[in-house]
Amino acid sequence: MSKLSNAQIAWRAAQDIEDGAYVNLGIGFPEMVAKFQPPGRQAIFHTENGILNFGESPAEGEEDWDLINAGKKAVTLRPGAAFFHHADSFAMVRGGHLDVAILGTYEVAENGDLANWSTGPKGVPAVGGAMDLVHGAKRVAVITDHVTKDGRPKLVKRCSLPLTGVGCVTRVYSSLAVIDIEAGRFVLREKLAGMSIDELQAVTGAELLVTANVGDLVTPEL
Amino acid sequence: MDKTVPDLAAAIAGIDDGMTLMIGGFGGAGAPIELIHALIDRFKATGRPGNLTLINNNAGNGRIGIAAMIDAGMVSKMVCSFPRSSDPRAFTEKYLAGEIALELVPQGTLAERIRAGGAGIPAFYTPTSFGTDLAAGKPTAEFEGRMYVEERWLKADAALLKAERADTMGNLTYRKAARNFSPLMAAAARLTIVQASEVVAPGEIDPEQVITPGIFVTRVVVVPAPQQEEALIRVGAAYQ
Repeated sequence: MSKLSNAQIAWRAAQDIEDGAYVNLGIGFPEMVAKFQPPGRQAIFHTENGILNFGESPAEGEEDWDLINAGKKAVTLRPGAAFFHHADSFAMVRGGHLDVAILGTYEVAENGDLANWSTGPKGVPAVGGAMDLVHGAKRVAVITDHVTKDGRPKLVKRCSLPLTGVGCVTRVYSSLAVIDIEAGRFVLREKLAGMSIDELQAVTGAELLVTANVGDLVTPEL
Repeated sequence: MDKTVPDLAAAIAGIDDGMTLMIGGFGGAGAPIELIHALIDRFKATGRPGNLTLINNNAGNGRIGIAAMIDAGMVSKMVCSFPRSSDPRAFTEKYLAGEIALELVPQGTLAERIRAGGAGIPAFYTPTSFGTDLAAGKPTAEFEGRMYVEERWLKADAALLKAERADTMGNLTYRKAARNFSPLMAAAARLTIVQASEVVAPGEIDPEQVITPGIFVTRVVVVPAPQQEEALIRVGAAYQ
């Protein structure tokens, strides 16, 4: 079965970010969303460690290690950037000032619960800003493979892993579909054209609500 | 008024066994490497200070800075949001051996607890962590139809911070994203110790540009051309 690449999932998520939106991208895979902003739109990216309106990584050898993002990667500034301390940064997060947060996930449930910080009691636990980011942004979206590496659904009825937040996710961009979470249900918005609804349901861990207007999930080759 | 002290040893005077220390920085940005290493030097020479509780976003990287304090056996507890890094061996080994305690705090809650400590606010409510394992045992309350978790302030015996410019009265500016937790920690510690790349006379920092007002600062030591933790990590530096 064909599925979208990570770049294609990130591209699809980027299409829903409005011009001028204030956006936080989780560390790792979600950072890729920044590369696919549609022409003519310019989002303003926020990073937890105190920068608004940062840009791409500098060329190798040009890094300034006092100018990093939450993933500790070197970044650059765009005109109109601002620095601020950590309490102000999280006031932006929890205070409802961000338009969109896009995060990765281990599991997301039909009730909007998110599990993306811990795979269980083994090893050293680390949470970073994940639990803060799921509260406050006007839209909290997840980008993810539709299933785990061993084929189990990542979209589930209830999360089995430790929660990051309760009832916080509003949209899922997966490798197979775009799904909204509304009133405790997965509502199918788009799916890959070559896939039937039954096939999609078979790899989804909770019932998909299928409305009349399910679109094709179409992305460029990336 | 002159808050400057002549050297790093004088800057860290009074830090002793069992204290809680806030250390500025997010990863390498803002890490006060020279102050930390001065504390390690004193520990190696005198056996003090040990049994420290450290508050920082992370738990050290490589074999320098906070990681070198952990390696030296000075740290009994970390309060942090993300005890991982490109080379987390120092903390990981001691944690898995049960030799160091961890209080894991969501990053925004960590920042706000420190802010509250400096602002004289003993507790506050946040939506962060509600319904998760990190809220276990904490009081909750409903406001306007939504659930929130009660969190307590964080205070420290001392803070070690890195600034870009200081004046002799302790007014500070920071460099780029090296600011992060430092303005909050400056207010939340009883003894706030700052290393600055440059120290100038009062009036030479435009009052409009001051980020941390001097009232929050106890001592300033000049460290020209300070080391940058990430740059040290990349060349495999170790502090022993």
